[in-house]
Amino acid sequence: MGRGGAGFPTYLKWEAVNKEKADKKYIVCNGSEGEPNVFKDGFILENYPEKLIQGIEIALETIGNSSAYIYLKKDYYKKFKKLLEKLIGNLPITLFEKTGGYIAGEETAVLESIEGRRPEPRIKPPFPTESGLWGYPTLINNIETFYSVAKIADNEYKNTRFYSIGGDVKNKGVYELSENLTIKEILEKTHNYPLFDFFVQKGGGASGEILLSNELDQMVKGVGAIIIFNKAKTDLFVLMETWADFFMKGNCDKCVPCREGLFRIAEMIKKKEIDEKVMEEIFFVLEKTSFCALGRGAVVPFRSLINKLMS
Amino acid sequence: MNKNKIQIIIDGKKIECEKGKTILEVAIENGIEIPALCYHSDLKVNASCRMCLVEIKGIKGMQTSCSTKAEHKMDVVTNSLEIRKARKTNLELIFAQHREECNDCICKFNCNLLKLAKSYKVDIAKFFDRKTNYSVHKFGPALVFDSSKCIDCRNCVEVCKKQGVGFLEIKEKDGFFQVVPSKDKNKDCVYCGQCAVHCPVGAFEAVGEFEDIERCFEEKDKLLIFQFAPAIRTSIGEEFGLPYGSIVTEQLVAGIKKLGAHKVFDVSVGADFTTVEEANELMEKIENKATPCFSSCCPSWVKFIEFYYPEFIPHLATTRSPQVIMGGLIKTFWAEKENIDPKKIIVVSIMPCTAKKYEIQKKELEVDGLKPVDYVLTTRELAYLFKKWKIDLKNIKPEKQDNPLGIPSGAGVIYGATGGVMESALRTACAKTQKSGRLKIEFKDVRGSDGVKTALIKINNKEIKVAVVNGLGNAKKVLEELKKNPKLYDAVEVMACPGGCVGGGGQPVPVDAKIRQKRAQALYQIDSKKEIRLAHENPVVKEVYKDFFVSKKIIHKICHTKYSRKKREVEIPKD
Ligand code: SF4
Ligand code: SF4
Repeated sequence: MGRGGAGFPTYLKWEAVNKEKADKKYIVCNGSEGEPNVFKDGFILENYPEKLIQGIEIALETIGNSSAYIYLKKDYYKKFKKLLEKLIGNLPITLFEKTGGYIAGEETAVLESIEGRRPEPRIKPPFPTESGLWGYPTLINNIETFYSVAKIADNEYKNTRFYSIGGDVKNKGVYELSENLTIKEILEKTHNYPLFDFFVQKGGGASGEILLSNELDQMVKGVGAIIIFNKAKTDLFVLMETWADFFMKGNCDKCVPCREGLFRIAEMIKKKEIDEKVMEEIFFVLEKTSFCALGRGAVVPFRSLINKLMS
Repeated sequence: MNKNKIQIIIDGKKIECEKGKTILEVAIENGIEIPALCYHSDLKVNASCRMCLVEIKGIKGMQTSCSTKAEHKMDVVTNSLEIRKARKTNLELIFAQHREECNDCICKFNCNLLKLAKSYKVDIAKFFDRKTNYSVHKFGPALVFDSSKCIDCRNCVEVCKKQGVGFLEIKEKDGFFQVVPSKDKNKDCVYCGQCAVHCPVGAFEAVGEFEDIERCFEEKDKLLIFQFAPAIRTSIGEEFGLPYGSIVTEQLVAGIKKLGAHKVFDVSVGADFTTVEEANELMEKIENKATPCFSSCCPSWVKFIEFYYPEFIPHLATTRSPQVIMGGLIKTFWAEKENIDPKKIIVVSIMPCTAKKYEIQKKELEVDGLKPVDYVLTTRELAYLFKKWKIDLKNIKPEKQDNPLGIPSGAGVIYGATGGVMESALRTACAKTQKSGRLKIEFKDVRGSDGVKTALIKINNKEIKVAVVNGLGNAKKVLEELKKNPKLYDAVEVMACPGGCVGGGGQPVPVDAKIRQKRAQALYQIDSKKEIRLAHENPVVKEVYKDFFVSKKIIHKICHTKYSRKKREVEIPKD
């Protein structure tokens, strides 16, 4: 499995790029990690940079005539540039500093950014595997995926993955644990299971779904983030406002539902006057008619919070 | 079945169509209506308004038909409860950012937004207008951009870039990526108005569009002379429900008379003078080995050279544009003839163009201290006036243009289409130098809507290389080529707007390649039926050259101008 937000099986992508006929191909390692409270890419860069480069090297070997980019969000770029350059040596890998906000991490927006344009998602099809960077077949995976590839190659892979744990917990941080654990088990294993009344946001500090404490017998799919909120101490409106502001700031303002819909959601939240009918109408168009996954996914936190904690 | 054809089903109807088209294109071709606001066939697909939603059997959810290719056996539904629900909300959200200004909008009689609002029973005031406080930008004396009406489709940004100008940009401001005029002092608007005819919601308009159009009638004790450009006669009919390409020259004259014009002349006559002078300049430049010679009747093109490529100024013909020569003649030749004080004459031009509003206020064009043309109204503005005064071009008794400045040659009429200026000049240059044999009238190589058309033409036993450039974006390419190889062409015609003036920024909306083609074809049709098809054979041209243009000086005064390197004219926005 890929370790991006979308969970697209990795091998399918590799295969797709491999079977395309083209005089060159690209590999992009997406390290744009942009959601609040998610920091596993940083953790890998800090602790296992060799493995990351090794994973990309395997991709370079597997995909003939290819070269690679590592696309890093600004602070990662600053912090790890020197180290990575040293590890890269003579390999055809270029470091690229992310331009723009959250949307610039969407895979086709990454391509736009590297090509020097304003980061905005592209119309799909064509998919990057057929026509990606400068029109060439392109493999895009995130940092954790390349890390896992290297582990598999070294026979070290033990069905683990990374979890960022944050929020109102004692032991914040990134943990590498079995991918089959439930959220409850993860919290217990890391000694983070709260004693107070709480709820959880799983899968990202903005787009993640809200879960109540009795809903934790499930695994985290997609981005491995778990954030704990103390019910008594959390102002739900303030929380939703941070999400709304995050999305409004981070989106590309291209399509109507995302640009205007999120603005109206934010407006209602700021006024603390939620008209549930209007909210549902906006959720509907966001989910069903947004141009890219950012808009489609933005509904999840609001809807789950309103349904579970406000009605 | 043909290999390049596929079959799809739209709303239960079997349709055969070409491979490679989008569902929306197929629907449009087959008269199936799918609402689409950001789609324009001249431009790349945006897929941003999210209105053209359809469902495809076997695929989950809704897709935008503008960005989805039709595939064999696809079964498409364009209307369902889900689709209607989604379109309705998206429309409400669009209205929530668009400040309505309906009475004074160029979409007033043809507003897509309001039509959709009605059919989707949209409450257009459900939300307060997000953009109420957004700025209004004025682009010189030509255009106004009211960003509070903008729905962020970005068509204008793309078309401006396509024009090779890139004056409109997307910048982040107050938390939103917005369309804004550039702040770069090395960029300036050339007033072509393509933004205005590609905006789906009327956020751009010509300066004064609809507020100031009656000012010319308020001038006391003045004689009102109207003149209308070549390209109007085959486009304004559209505003009255006539088919594209309808020729309404005499209805137009009758309508203008009804508005109270004293005389109605034809700018195509001015074009005949332009042709004669430009043909002379071309011959001279060839003689002096000073080619290329650039056409000079399109003010956007002239400004483009003066601002972006001043090193080419010596190559611009100094001949004035048709409306300006005509204005000059009206206030001198005609005024003398009629014994009228030129100060009492007000000349109003009806133009397909927004840049003509800019052209008329150039100081260097004044003739004896008077502006040759006092007002420019666009095709749209005239149509608005007609509608306001209940003048219906469909039901009006035709009237002829007035003499002597109302009867053009065929060459003067085709000025409205790309290639027309070149063809007119070639007709005259060939006729004037050819000693024997059949005279060539039609130069079909320079007609049509290709970006750059080239031909080798024999004039005076010399082969000359001509290029006709359609749209400023292509002009930029040709100029870059000329920088490398100055001998590439001898004569170059450039029209800033796609298709030439038939596709001008002041023309009726909507407009697309097919519509431009129909408007142009109709102009060629008028030409083909004219007895006199050479500019210099027009009797009034002959008369003026014989009796009035008695010295170089007077020809220069009426027919020529000068150019200079330009600094940015549009004010740089402060915030
Ligand atoms: S001004 Fe008009 S064309 Fe430009 S982005 Fe706005 S709505 Fe689109
Ligand atoms: S008038 Fe032409 S140059 Fe000026 S902004 Fe519009 S499209 Fe660009």
